Amino acid sequence: MSPRKRQLPEIPPELVGTVHITPIDAIYNWARKRSLWPIFFGLACCAFEMIGTFAARFDPSRFGMEIMRASPRQADLMIINGTVTKKMLPQVVRLYNQMPEPKYVLVMGACAISGGPFQEGYNVVSGIDKYLPVDVYVPGCPPRPEGLIHGILTIHAKMERESLRNLRWYKKGEVPEPIPVPELGPDLVDWRLTEKIEAMQEEVVPSQVE
Amino acid sequence: MNESIGSTTDIVTHLQERFPDAVQPAPAPYQGILVAQDRLVEVATYLRDELDFAYLSSVTVVDYPQPLNGMPACYDVVYHFFQGRGGPLTLHVQADRENPVVPSLVPLFPSALFQEREAWDLMGVRFDGHPDLRRILLWEGFDGHPLRKDWKEVYYEEEHKPFGSRFPDGRPVPAESRSPFGDNLRYPPGWSPRDWRPLVDVWGYAPHDELARQEDPNHPADRVVLNMGPHHPSTHGVLRLLVTLEGERIVKLEPMMGFLHRCHEKIGERNVWLGNIPYTDRLDYVCAMSNELPYVLAVEKLLGVEPPPRAQYIRVIMAEFTRFLNHAVSIGFTGNDLGIYFTAMLYALEEREHILDLFEMVSGSRLMCNYMRFGGVAHDMSEEAIALARALAFERLPRYLDQLESYFTDNELFKARAVGVGVLPPEMAVAYGCTGPLLRASGVPYDVRRAEPYFAYDDFNFDIVVGQNGDVYDRYLVRVGEMRQSLRILQQALNRLPDGPIMAGRKSATLKVPAGESYGRIEAPKGELGFYIVSDGGPNPYRYHIRAPSFVNLGVMGEICWGHLIADVVIILASIDITLGEVDR
Repeated sequence: MSPRKRQLPEIPPELVGTVHITPIDAIYNWARKRSLWPIFFGLACCAFEMIGTFAARFDPSRFGMEIMRASPRQADLMIINGTVTKKMLPQVVRLYNQMPEPKYVLVMGACAISGGPFQEGYNVVSGIDKYLPVDVYVPGCPPRPEGLIHGILTIHAKMERESLRNLRWYKKGEVPEPIPVPELGPDLVDWRLTEKIEAMQEEVVPSQVE
Repeated sequence: MNESIGSTTDIVTHLQERFPDAVQPAPAPYQGILVAQDRLVEVATYLRDELDFAYLSSVTVVDYPQPLNGMPACYDVVYHFFQGRGGPLTLHVQADRENPVVPSLVPLFPSALFQEREAWDLMGVRFDGHPDLRRILLWEGFDGHPLRKDWKEVYYEEEHKPFGSRFPDGRPVPAESRSPFGDNLRYPPGWSPRDWRPLVDVWGYAPHDELARQEDPNHPADRVVLNMGPHHPSTHGVLRLLVTLEGERIVKLEPMMGFLHRCHEKIGERNVWLGNIPYTDRLDYVCAMSNELPYVLAVEKLLGVEPPPRAQYIRVIMAEFTRFLNHAVSIGFTGNDLGIYFTAMLYALEEREHILDLFEMVSGSRLMCNYMRFGGVAHDMSEEAIALARALAFERLPRYLDQLESYFTDNELFKARAVGVGVLPPEMAVAYGCTGPLLRASGVPYDVRRAEPYFAYDDFNFDIVVGQNGDVYDRYLVRVGEMRQSLRILQQALNRLPDGPIMAGRKSATLKVPAGESYGRIEAPKGELGFYIVSDGGPNPYRYHIRAPSFVNLGVMGEICWGHLIADVVIILASIDITLGEVDR
């Protein structure tokens, strides 16, 4: 069950078959990965393929995840399934901030990875990873259901390697900071870029006056 | 209708005689008429009241910074009017480049409500007299009107694809390298976020708050403003509904879109003609195959190419399978919104997988097929694919339909929620430009397959399914009826599928399309899907506009929801049947 070999205590002979001993990480991660609840969240074309994946033919119940939660407060996996536009980005970031830790982000499809075929569009965000921390990328336009399932299994594998001892959300004194929600101004206003924008404007403005 | 007036040429002549100083024929490669700006309302009233052009299908704007094709430098506002039968009557109105203002047609044709807002948003043409001229796809405060030819996007590189710099040393250059922020961002000179505050009403609450303050003293219930979406499980994607409620009753409902605005039209103007076909797939991603058809139809009209019979039959087969697929999924979504969560949907998705298997067999891709070509289709249907199509059309899908009807049609619970809910009167449906099952459920027998037949639809026997009451239940019945008619068409087409070539001419990646304009439209599952294209004779479209049925049909949503309970909104929305990829484009 666990990737690491450890010296486990011996089970008394009368309890063999009744009691099993395992590292807490292994049983905890196993329970976690088999009860991933994705947020019910559809952006574009990939969302429809995701709905297809969650139907009978591909049957993700095999991996303990047939329930999708409409509320971000009950979800621990965000599947970014489609083009993220500038108008939608504040909502996506807010939803991510509302999800409780531990949370994972799976990016599905070319648009959400980089903007994809719509990259040069004036209203398209060039990849959600510029704003959210991403765990798994599933390329494709749209990815096949098998691809999405592989992405989910990759998240499972990632969870298996995590340990209670060094996870951020169990450490004392570390409160995860929410990601600043962008605003809609003359273009998308990314508050993290404030200083850079001002520095750029100083460079640009004198040259335009000339 | 006036019997003496038949073809479009006759109508143009007739209008010229009637309005000698206001109407003239459009310059050479263009069709239809050129109307003086100040006489537009008069001509449009005459068209609607005297000539039965009751249906304003599409309103769009073409930007001409320089004279082109005989059109002077102007903003050319293009209207497409239709009668009950036949092709479009195109109206051109030339707006001044410095201060583009055109009288609004919303008082005459409410179908222009959203389309004029879109034209203002993306092209910056003002419509004088529009009741609510705000941005619709972008947001208030956005810098510029992006579809103008002089507006360049951040990653702008060249006017047309293929971009020369994509592989300068055999290595792709990331588009981010063209922006100083390494991202798709640009700010006006001198602008700084530090002394900037978001616009007070960027999310459009002000009119609703105003309404909520005017409480009715005789009515005991408080007025509440409620925001639904864009993240909501019942809005079928990223639609946002802003609702003012009095108790549980709706006082005002406003759909707000643009959360999936992917700049199709700007990207489409950069692409080569052929390169737009895969983009059309991504408009209405529930039924990708049928989105390609009006685009290839419009380009084929300009090219003067007629696809061979086998290709036409294959197109019909694919279009009808997508219609079946769309209606099945739509009824499944209705089930979701009624509270039978995912059960009805699972039945639809099972059939969807079989139809997608067929699409994959013929085109190589499940969802985004990229199958149609100018003058034909990309690949022939193999024997195996035909056998699967026959098995579906003759055996499996009729069985599914019987099963679906046995669960839904006489279901007391379904009828209790659906009968008499969201009634759309036929006059309102026509005025708001509704098409598809939404229009036919109101009792208007209008179907593009009959009104302006395309491909081989003249060869088949089928009925136009019409409802009577225009409520949610009738829309369901019309969808089921259309699925039966689709199966009828499919069975005839598969029985009579002719042999022969599947392409007229040879395949070519770069083709030049003769200068001119063209409007191709088909009866897509959700309504009339139209593509308006303008060519300057080059390898790229000069203008590429999509008239999306979901977008126009949503215009009537506020009207038919008025007075209903908030719980009925989701089922009314499901019965209109929208896809956000197509609404926002």
